[in-house]
Amino acid sequence: MRSSIILLALGALAFGIYLGVHHASRRHADVMTSPALAAAPELSLTDLNGAALHTASYKDKVVLVNFWAAWCKPCAEEVPQFIALQKKYQDQGLRVIGFSVEDDAAELRDFYRKYQVNYPVVPSDLKIADAFGGVLGLPTTFVIGRDGRIHGKHNGATNFASLEREVVALLRTPQS
Amino acid sequence: MLSPCLCVSVVGFFCSATIRSIRGKLLFQSHLQFFPMIPFSLRSTTLLLLTTVVAALALASAQTAKPSSAADDIPAASQIQPNELAQAMKATGAQKPVILYVGPKAFYAQAHIPGSEFIGPVGKPEGMDKLRARAASLPKDGAVVIYCGCCPWDHCPNIRPAFAELKKAGFTKVRVLYMATGFGVDWKDKGLPVATGE
Repeated sequence: MRSSIILLALGALAFGIYLGVHHASRRHADVMTSPALAAAPELSLTDLNGAALHTASYKDKVVLVNFWAAWCKPCAEEVPQFIALQKKYQDQGLRVIGFSVEDDAAELRDFYRKYQVNYPVVPSDLKIADAFGGVLGLPTTFVIGRDGRIHGKHNGATNFASLEREVVALLRTPQS
Repeated sequence: MLSPCLCVSVVGFFCSATIRSIRGKLLFQSHLQFFPMIPFSLRSTTLLLLTTVVAALALASAQTAKPSSAADDIPAASQIQPNELAQAMKATGAQKPVILYVGPKAFYAQAHIPGSEFIGPVGKPEGMDKLRARAASLPKDGAVVIYCGCCPWDHCPNIRPAFAELKKAGFTKVRVLYMATGFGVDWKDKGLPVATGE
């Protein structure tokens, strides 16, 4: 009995060490938080449906800016999760914007319709990428707080559990 | 996530059983004479603890290491790491590799490896045509490095067809730049040299 308890405790300890080491290395690769909290750019754009989109009108919202492409498999796989986040937290002030990179216009429209994307998608260009300090890989997601500042940047495949925690924390911050 | 737990449990169980089976035997006792100040029960627990911690660290290390070449369709010998390429770029003459970028223009225009040639996304027919045309003018035994970094390594739609095409064409020294996450994280953010523009 005693040895079983010791074994169980050691197993838990070992698992904790494994998780700690594994998570630390993943975190470094996936998420980088800007220490200076740069201001998010104010852009006036036209989305896929021809509607005007002014990011300045998102003041006091928490905004997820997702650079993605329909041709990028991990990006496309993430879209349903962004749709779910938008749906779940929209009433609390979350807004998602998708910037598609080098997608064929017809394929992008098909994708948009097929997945019933519930947030605006804008074909990206160099100006937009530069405004966010450069986007050199997909998917890349910026997390913008109610203060209009960039609170986080996720490079590569998104850890949605981590992203949702960030979103919830920012949604709890008071509006100005 | 489950398999490491099972492995650690199995290692722990094995150690526990081994310690119990040889408990009291002279050989084991003589080894433990190195730690005479520790009571026997505590010694076995300490030994078990150390073994388990080492096993867990080994597992974690294995999980966080570069993806195994066995599970990858681009062999490890045909991959080149960013720092290694940065060094190779300093070479002169035939030693200096021809570097071909096989990803989208949107990223190349923002930042690319100095001296690299834009081919375009080889996952699309136009890009593949451009790669074939460029390859036709290169010596088959010359060093060639292809890179993309548009997406995480496992999902890049361009590097695998580019690598397969060059191998098929008979290139003997073709390597692919390994970037786990993308060009930004694995090259630019590491302070390696970049050029901008088309």
